[in-house]
Amino acid sequence: MSTIKIRAKESNGSVTVKALVKHPMETGQRKDNKTGEKIPAHFIQEVVGRANGDEVIVVHWGPAVSKNPYLTFAYSGSKGDEVELSWTDNKGNTDSKTVIVK
Amino acid sequence: MKRRTFLKKSLMTAVVVTTFAGLMIKPRRVFASWPKKSFDITDLSDSIKSVYGHDDLSESAEVKLKAPDIAENGAIVPINIKTNLKNVESIMLFVENNPQPLSSGYNLTSKSVPAIGTRIKMGKTSQVIAAVKSNGKIYSAQKEVKVTIGGCGG
Repeated sequence: MSTIKIRAKESNGSVTVKALVKHPMETGQRKDNKTGEKIPAHFIQEVVGRANGDEVIVVHWGPAVSKNPYLTFAYSGSKGDEVELSWTDNKGNTDSKTVIVK
Repeated sequence: MKRRTFLKKSLMTAVVVTTFAGLMIKPRRVFASWPKKSFDITDLSDSIKSVYGHDDLSESAEVKLKAPDIAENGAIVPINIKTNLKNVESIMLFVENNPQPLSSGYNLTSKSVPAIGTRIKMGKTSQVIAAVKSNGKIYSAQKEVKVTIGGCGG
């Protein structure tokens, strides 16, 4: 199952994209309660939003973005556009999802 | 002496090869990769400088920063930034009292509408600063968010 939940809606020539990603977003500063060892950092570094193949936003996230991060952005577009959201984390994991603008 | 020249020569070759290899890789995209250095800096003004090359932010009513007055849970602080400024290149978000002030950055294109929203972690009560780069100038807005339970740490 995809880690991404995404919705894109057009109104007055502008498309608003809302996305939720399932990710632990570990800062690398927390300690494991049982072992006392630091939990290694594991967070999404880059999120790219594309509309019909063109980049409309490139997001750089640090570890201080909340767990299961939420992102909203907007661009000038229309109904029927193909919006793709993809992310890459500091371990090189990646995922993407495409929706059609309503 | 011969050994030395050999070493020198092989070193030079290595340098040439790596430079050439560097040139061979075409930039896949317009935007720079994840700025590790900026995300590692622990001082607010140094952090702003590392992003823009200076910390000359002009506060502007055109930058709208929406954040709660009090965040009961510092692990989830909703932030919304928008602006009426034109030709916005990027929106950056800084949290002064976080271990690393740079929280996140949003690079925009000519097709983007300058309005973003996200949720961030805040360790303690702090000023939250939204900086918008438009026509090469940096405009900002800030707001204090009181945190009752910190979000960074065990």
